[in-house]
Formats: sequence, C-alpha cells, structure tokens
Amino acid sequence: MAVAVERKPSREDTESSRADGRRGGWRRRLAAPGWWRALAAMPVGFLVALGLVAAVRAAYGWHPTVKWEAVTTVALIAVPLAFLAGIGCFDYWLRWAIGARTDDDDHSGHGADSWRDYFRVNTDHKVIGIQYICTTFAFFVLGGLMAMLMRAELLAPGEQLVDANTFNGLFSVHASLMIFLFIIPVFAGIANYVVPLMIGAPDMAFPRLNALSYWLLLVAGVMMVLSYVAPGGPFATGWTAYAPLSVDVPLGQQFFALAVQFAGASSIATALNFLVTIITMRAPGMTFWRMPLLVWANFTTSLLVVIATPFIAASQFFVLFDRALGTHFFTPQLGGDVLMYQHVFWFYSHPAVYIMMLPGFGIVSEVISAHARKPVFGYKMMAYALIAIVVLGFLVWAHHMFVSGMQAWIRIPMMLTTMLIAVPTGIKIFNWLGTLWRGVIHLRTPLLFALGFITMFTLGGISGVTLAIVPFDIHVSDTYYVVAHIHYVLFGGSVFTIFAGIYHWFPKMTGRMYDETLGKIHFWLSFVFFNLTFGPMHLLGIDGMPRRVADYASEYATLNAIVSVSAFIFGLSFLVFLYNMIVSWRYGPVAPANPWKAHTLEWMVPSPPPKFNFVEVPRVVGGPYPFGLEGAQHAYFPSRRPAPVAAGGGAQPPEH
Amino acid sequence: MRRHPILQMFAIGVVAAAVITALALAIDWFPPAASTAADKIDTLYDVVILCSIPIFVLVMTIAIYSVVKFRARPGHEGDGAPLHGNTQLELLWVAIPFVIVSALAAYALVVLSDIEAKEPDALPVAVTAQQFTWTFGYPQAGGATSTELVLPRGRQAVLRIRTRDVIHSFWVPAMRMKQDAVPGLTTEVRITPTREGTYPLVCAELCGAGHATMRQTVRVVAPERFQAWLRRLGGGATASRGATPGAASAVETASASGRS
Repeated sequence: MAVAVERKPSREDTESSRADGRRGGWRRRLAAPGWWRALAAMPVGFLVALGLVAAVRAAYGWHPTVKWEAVTTVALIAVPLAFLAGIGCFDYWLRWAIGARTDDDDHSGHGADSWRDYFRVNTDHKVIGIQYICTTFAFFVLGGLMAMLMRAELLAPGEQLVDANTFNGLFSVHASLMIFLFIIPVFAGIANYVVPLMIGAPDMAFPRLNALSYWLLLVAGVMMVLSYVAPGGPFATGWTAYAPLSVDVPLGQQFFALAVQFAGASSIATALNFLVTIITMRAPGMTFWRMPLLVWANFTTSLLVVIATPFIAASQFFVLFDRALGTHFFTPQLGGDVLMYQHVFWFYSHPAVYIMMLPGFGIVSEVISAHARKPVFGYKMMAYALIAIVVLGFLVWAHHMFVSGMQAWIRIPMMLTTMLIAVPTGIKIFNWLGTLWRGVIHLRTPLLFALGFITMFTLGGISGVTLAIVPFDIHVSDTYYVVAHIHYVLFGGSVFTIFAGIYHWFPKMTGRMYDETLGKIHFWLSFVFFNLTFGPMHLLGIDGMPRRVADYASEYATLNAIVSVSAFIFGLSFLVFLYNMIVSWRYGPVAPANPWKAHTLEWMVPSPPPKFNFVEVPRVVGGPYPFGLEGAQHAYFPSRRPAPVAAGGGAQPPEH
Repeated sequence: MRRHPILQMFAIGVVAAAVITALALAIDWFPPAASTAADKIDTLYDVVILCSIPIFVLVMTIAIYSVVKFRARPGHEGDGAPLHGNTQLELLWVAIPFVIVSALAAYALVVLSDIEAKEPDALPVAVTAQQFTWTFGYPQAGGATSTELVLPRGRQAVLRIRTRDVIHSFWVPAMRMKQDAVPGLTTEVRITPTREGTYPLVCAELCGAGHATMRQTVRVVAPERFQAWLRRLGGGATASRGATPGAASAVETASASGRS
C-alpha cells in the first residue's frame, strides 16, 4: 500500500490566491471554506426556510403565511446544512459532482501544524479524534452542570431553585447531551485516533466523511443546547421523549427531534467508516484474529450503530410528523398506536447502551493488558462475547417496557434474553480478572480506572439482572433504582473506561505525560464520591421514590441530601482531571513513543505520530499481546530488521 | 495458611460475603408490605441479592488479591506470565452463570404468574389518569368516583386503567404493583391488599410539569367498613375524599367520568 505524499501547492495556486488577495480579502474569505463562509451561509439557510414555508402556506391559502413554528422547524434543517456547506464539508464532493477539477493528492486539508487546524474541516483522523474528544468533553461539562443544578434542587424537598418545568428540561437535556453528545461520540473520537494506528493504516477509509461526521455532531449539540431559547423552554419530556406527551409540548421538542437526526447521521457515517477501514485497511499479516481487542470492540459497535440508529431517527420522525405535518401516528382515535413509539424507540435505545459500552470494553482490554504486562486472557472468547452481546442486544428492548401495557406474553422472552446477556458480559469480567492474574501490575491511573470500572460495572450488571426480573421490575420501573443502575453502568462503567483510555493514550496524542499523582487523586475522588452519590439511589427507588421528579415526599429527604452533597464533591473531582489535561498538554514532560512498553502498532510510531502515521508499513507476525515470551512479536518494520526465525527455537508464541 | 494464597483468598472472600450478606438482609429495602404480591417480590429480591453477593465478592477478591500479590516491584520492567487462556475455566464461567440465571428466571416466572393470578369475584375499580390527578370509579356504587382509592383488605381488586391525555403510571410502592395508563388502551393490574392503612400512590411515568405532584393515597380498610364507604359513595353522586396534594382537586361527577 503506497504511503501518501503531500503535494506542495503549485505556482498556479499561490498566484491565484495572491491575485484574490489583491482583489479584496473579504471576497477570498467568503469563497474559501471556513467560519466566515459558514456564518454568512447560515442566514441564507434561514431565508430559504422562511421562503419555503411562506411559499407553501401562501399556495394553500393558509394563514398566517409566515408561521414561525413551521419556519423554525425547516430552519433547524436548512441552517445547519448551510453551516456545514459553508465550513467546507461538501466542497470536494460538490466539485466532483459538477465536474470541476478535483485533486486527489491535495492534502492541504490534512493534519495539524497549529491550533488553528483544529478549528476547521480537517481530514486527518488524529485531528478529528481530538476535535471529537475536546468537543464531547465540553458537552460533558454542560451536561454535568445541569446535573449539579438538579441535585441542588433535590437537596431538600420543596421547590427552591427551579420550577418543575425547568427541572424537567434539566434532566432531559442532561441525559440527551450525555448520551448523544458525550458517551457515544467520545468513544468514536478515541477510536478515530487509535484504530487506524492500531491496524497500521495511514488514516480512515473515508477521511472527508470522517470530517463531516465530526461537524454533524457539533451541529447536533448546539441544537440541543439552543432548545433553551425556544419559546416554552427546552425539551422536557426526558431523553426518551415518549409520545403522546412529546407531540403536545412546545417547540423545544423539535430541537431534540432534529438534533437526534444530525447526531444519528454523524454516528452512522462514522460506523460505516470504521467498518470499511477495519475490513480493508489492516496492515499485511493482521488477520482478524491478530487485531487488538479495541479494534474488535469498535468493529462490533459499528455493526450495532449502522443497524440500530435508523430506528431512533424513525421514532423522532414519527413525533415530528405528528407535530408538524398533521399525521396521527400516536392518535388512538384515528388509528394511531402510542406503544408503537416505545417499541421503535427502544429497538435502537437498547442497542445504544451497548454502543455506549462495547468500545469501553475494548479500552479496558488494552489498558489491563498493557499495565499488567500480560496477554488478554481468553482473547477469542472475548471477541466471541462481543459478538454475542451484539446479537443478544437486539433481542432485549422490551425490558424497558415491562409495565408499558404491551402484550403480557412478550415480557417472558424479553426477561430470558435480558438475563442471558449477563453470560457473555460475565465472560468478559472473568477474562479481565484472568488478565490481571500473575501479571506484573503497574497501578497507574489508566489501570486504576479500569479496576474501578470492573467493580462498578459488576454492581451495575447485578442491578441489571434484578431489573430483568419482571416481578421486581414492576416495582422499581421508573424509580430511582433505575437511575442508580444506569449511572453505575454508564458512569461507573462507560465514563470510567473513557477516563482510562484518555489517560492511557494521552502520551500518544499529545506527546506529553500527564501528571500521575493528579491522576490518582482524580480516580479516588471519583470512585468514592460516585458511589456515595449513586449507591443510595438504589434504596430510594425501592423505597418508593419515582424518577424524573422535581420534588419528592419528605421521607426521602435524608438520603437525597446525602446524594446531593456527594454529587457536588463528585462534580468537583472533574476539575482535577481538567487541570491535569490542560497543564500536562502544555507543560508536561515529553513522552517517548512507547511509555507503557506495549506492543500494539500505535506505540511503534512517535508521540504524536507524523501525518499519515507510518513512514513504512509494518508487517504483523503475531497476536497483539505477546507478553511473557522471549522473542515473541506482534509486528516489525521490514527495513529495520530481518524477518523473524521460523518456529524451531520457539521464537513465536501460540497466536494470542 | 500463608503458603496457600488461594486458600487465604477464599477465606477472605467467604468472610466478606457473609458480612455483606448480613448487611444486605438487615437493610430495610422495601416499604412495609401491604399486598400479597409484596412478600413474594421482596423474597424474590432477597434471593437474587443473595446469589449476587458471592459473585461480586468473588470478582472483588480476585481483583484486589491480584493487585496486591502481583504488584510490580519498583524498577521491575519484565512481563507477566504468558497465560493466553484456559478452556476449562472458560466453560466453567459460562456454565455456572448460565445455570444461576436460568434458576432465577424460573423462580421469577413462578412469582410472576402468582402475583398476576386472577381471583374469582375480584372487585372492579375504574382508574382514570389525567394531568395531574387520579380518579377512581366504582361500578358497584353506580360508577361514583373518588379521588382517594379505597380498597377492602383481603379481596383482590382489579384496576382497569385509562388515561385522558398522556401516559401516566399507577404505582403503589407499599403494594409493589405498577401499570402504565396508555392512551387508546385500558390496562389492568390486580392487587390484593393485606394490611389496613394509608399508603402513597404515585405517578411513575413523566407526564408533564406536574408529574412530581401527582401523588395521592390508597386507603385499605376492613371489608365491612369498605361496604359502608361504598354505600356512602354511591348514595351521594359526587365524592372528594382524601387529600390530593398539589393536583387540581377534582370534584368529579359520575357523568363527568365518562368524558375521555
């Protein structure tokens, strides 16, 4: 596979840009892709929306001709598209489509030489990965602040800080940001950075599509936050947005319905990119059974994404159409079916929780293996377990609907499949323990978070099994017991693996080492106060406190106070992480190529890697975790070393 | 003992499991049981927790033990043992969890059919949900309605639930039973109260700005007193029994409850 070579700008280009400069800088600014053009395009998009709505309404003789609700809805589509076009996501494709000259070797949009390169359309997977990570963490902070405000309100019974409608908006936007703008895309960002490196590729299969995915995500997040300025306030029907409530509420709901489309498109495009990249661009010698488990994890997650995500798009289109086009999907008197919303919604949203977990499983495998200096125990079973979770994950959705009033008989198979999914998940936990066993364990921050994950994900898994049990679920459905469970698996689970991954690959991404002491402080503060925040919620739920309530009966006051105070400290612990990341990125000690002495391919290139990653394509000769055997190798660079000697002296270990 | 680290680990695990089990059983998780379903569900939960504690303790013991025993000595740069897997172990930790969840599932199915079993001569009550109040209609009192749910002790009540607007969820924590109210459907839940008293009834499905205030009460009385109450209810066409904190105090008439 040829290594891409950067094309130097030709004399023609420099001359024509100089000519433009003489003609007038503002014309050049508006002609070239970037923020100026994007900001100029947005009002054009709005006018298109206005014109379209007015024209249609005038043609039908409807009054008022300019109905602002309708204009807003169309504008929520037109303005982001205009932004994306302006900032440059479609330039190449449009030029190709109209037959204009396109230059496949023009890599001027690729890679980062200055901070400015991170704020424009960039086709380098490493830049995109960092764009994703920074953007998603910004939304994490926003969502986290909303949580802090909620806990401040719930510190004591009665209304203190926000009214009920505002509170409902808080938990709705909180959850939506955390799910669609943090957990799902941050994993995509980490994988974006690491996966091409791990498979020995110079980039993703579709770098421009990759860039578009990132900007689609930014649009989605801004749209969700913007719902706060909609008349009637932000969407306040939960991230689950059940019909018919979501059909009846004010305009803010439309922001959610459309933001989900952009986030969904971003997610699907990324998943397609990962699938093609992993299938077609692995380095010579890297069979599927020699791929690191992070690659397996992202491969299986991408399968989940492409199959499941269209269903949430559909569910939101049904709501949008009922609201904006006068359809009756959810009007029973006119043939509608309210429960249909839930089936379609959960058909995506259950696989979504695996989309939010599987990449984390991959990260944990890499982290434990590297920091315990051992092969991942049961590599093949780990891969099979991922596949089993993907398959079973599509067969459990109605466990979110046990008390919904659906057909009683469905509850039984759904209970069985849900309990069954504990088996492959358990396999993974036990195999990670096997990976620790007889290792040489360096208790660094990434490994601490991986261990914290194992603890809390086991607890979350246990509460999950209790929730699978229908009679018990009947009691605790829609209570704080569920809030406890979801946060144990999503924060104690997913977010802890995200922290583990960020710390683990921080040296590779930034070329600097993070501060280990601060990392440990971050871990212990998070671990202790996370449990103090969410542990008591199990009790609250079983004892009778429903969820999504701005207020509660006074008997729950003590536990809620404990939860709230713990939550504030838990929130503050994040500042330790933020400080560490920012200061270390600027001033941390320079990182070597392979600070953890691991074997996967990303550690064989400098920190950070050069543009296009590999000056020479590596050759893979064994499994990705060749720890403990003299002479065992995952890969080598052919020009630097002769090929390894054939088996005889036992130089190669059994595969993985 | 010191020369048998695995045995040490096992002993620590057993002690930890015992302590945590004692704690888990000592905690008063549930509200006081006020229905036939409650005891069954509470016991089921206890059993599941009892099965889960050893598993959690096992995971924690191995993790902590490994981190302590196999910690890298300072300056040690070598690798751990090249253990790639163990098929027997894999089979074991597939088979054992499978057996455990299968057994729990079977038990759960028995409990499910128990708590949903239909008794003959169940007392019908028409439950109407709306933003943000519950109304209860008694066919045996000529359809008269009340905003407090009054039920006789020891007799199964079959609650037929409808909603006027959006999805709500009928839940009495003390009785453990819950069922959503869905537009276009009449859903059903059966409850047999076992203890006299007054219990909270909450809405358990986000239904709008007043969701948190949609709290009323269920009052369980002796059968004779219930009959008397029913007669009084049927005698006057309207009823406004019981406090309805927060929600619009709905003074419903029999004809009004026909509105949908």
